[in-house]
Amino acid sequence: MWSIGYVIQHVGLFPHMTIAANIGVVPTLLGWPKDRIRQRVSELLDLVRLDPGFARRYPAQLSGGQQQRVGLARALAVDPPVMLMDEPFGALDPITRSRIQNEFLRLQQQIKKTVIFVTHDIDEAIKMGDRIAVLREGGILAQYGTADELLGHPVDDYVADFVGADRGLKRLSLRRVGDLVGDQPAIRVPADAPAVTADTSARVALSVLFTSSANVLAVTGEDGAPLGAVTLEHLREVAGAAEPLAGAKGQAR
Amino acid sequence: MSALAAAAPTPTPPPGGGPVIPNFGGGACPSHTTFCWNWVTQNWGPELGPRLAEHVYITLIAVGIGLVISLAAAMYAYQRGWFERGFIALSTLLYTIPAVAFFLFFVPITGLSLTTIEIGLVGYTFLLLFRNALTGLRSVPPEVTAAAAGVGMTPRQVFFRINVPLAVPSIMAGLRIATVTTISLATIAAYITPLGLGEPIFTALHTVFTTELIAAGVLAILLALVADGLLVLAQRAVTPWARARLRGAR
Repeated sequence: MWSIGYVIQHVGLFPHMTIAANIGVVPTLLGWPKDRIRQRVSELLDLVRLDPGFARRYPAQLSGGQQQRVGLARALAVDPPVMLMDEPFGALDPITRSRIQNEFLRLQQQIKKTVIFVTHDIDEAIKMGDRIAVLREGGILAQYGTADELLGHPVDDYVADFVGADRGLKRLSLRRVGDLVGDQPAIRVPADAPAVTADTSARVALSVLFTSSANVLAVTGEDGAPLGAVTLEHLREVAGAAEPLAGAKGQAR
Repeated sequence: MSALAAAAPTPTPPPGGGPVIPNFGGGACPSHTTFCWNWVTQNWGPELGPRLAEHVYITLIAVGIGLVISLAAAMYAYQRGWFERGFIALSTLLYTIPAVAFFLFFVPITGLSLTTIEIGLVGYTFLLLFRNALTGLRSVPPEVTAAAAGVGMTPRQVFFRINVPLAVPSIMAGLRIATVTTISLATIAAYITPLGLGEPIFTALHTVFTTELIAAGVLAILLALVADGLLVLAQRAVTPWARARLRGAR
């Protein structure tokens, strides 16, 4: 019964309980000793990066983003192997949502749980998911695969329409230019070519190329040392390449 | 009438049996003053204090019993719609009966007693207490009950750990109105049996001595205000979360 942590869209914190009691609700139901609950609560507050002082406050005293973190901590309280998150960030404004998404990706690196993440936002699915299941009306599976597979090879018009006509651009955003420079034989980089760092997304690289009217983009390391170059042609291939690309999953930037 | 006269709070009691002798405060007061403070201080110990205590006692019993029955009924009605409609119909009917008629209706059954008074007063609390309790139980946001079920609470745990505590502000709001109403109605109870602050008021109605009327009336008003204030403080103490508000941007 407590092997799945559950996070819902409107968080659903219990307004009459302190933040500590909210996070500790499942341990309390399980009859943990008070000391152990208190200790676990402070661990979890730390994990979701909330100040320990929040423990004694009530949900109404927290912002939407803070409440969502408490909801996350509550779901993680007894360390369930699987988490079900049903549109967890749907009620947040775009800026807060983006920040919480990034924080959750960071958190996921730490806790390494299987997360079933339900969303209606394809961009969120691409950003958050290792594998994405697209469901059509009636809950029928339309396609299941990595973001790159979905964007590169939608199985039918429904999926193609769902991932959007700009799927080529979205696909570019999955790749970092640093990973692309090795794909091609060395290119002569003109001296006046615009330059980006290796961790720039291919999508941003395309934008830079477009606005500079150049055809070749220099790629440099963090220290500015040249690593190679990508061309407009190269990016076009990446956006629409026929075969799946290795190591497609990456953090959107 | 003679029963009322015998209970009249005068330092020099009138002779029993005859017509009520106009009471001018037993000589402690000039005969034509509207309000005589001397009378109040002289009669606090023998009359006003005990009447106030009786009034508090009558009110506590009525509101206490009314609250227990209303809460139980609201909890039951939360699950069953037919019971809600039935209880609302009954309590609305009771509420529309004039107070004196209500009290008199039970006199043949329970006599000129405290029981008769309490039946009436309890009957009047149902509508306010039941409705507020049920509204409170139902006002819990769906995402909160969904989350409660999501963390593994049984339906029973959801009800008692989530619905009931979240209904407290609404229940307390009903309790405040019911208490003030009962304190006011309880003055009429002296019509049945000489108890509470209504007793000196009824007595004074038969005299030209207004001090007693004013003193008892003002005490009833003060009692209502103090009771309401105490309930506000009690509500703040038991629902600290209801006043907790966001500081800073949401």
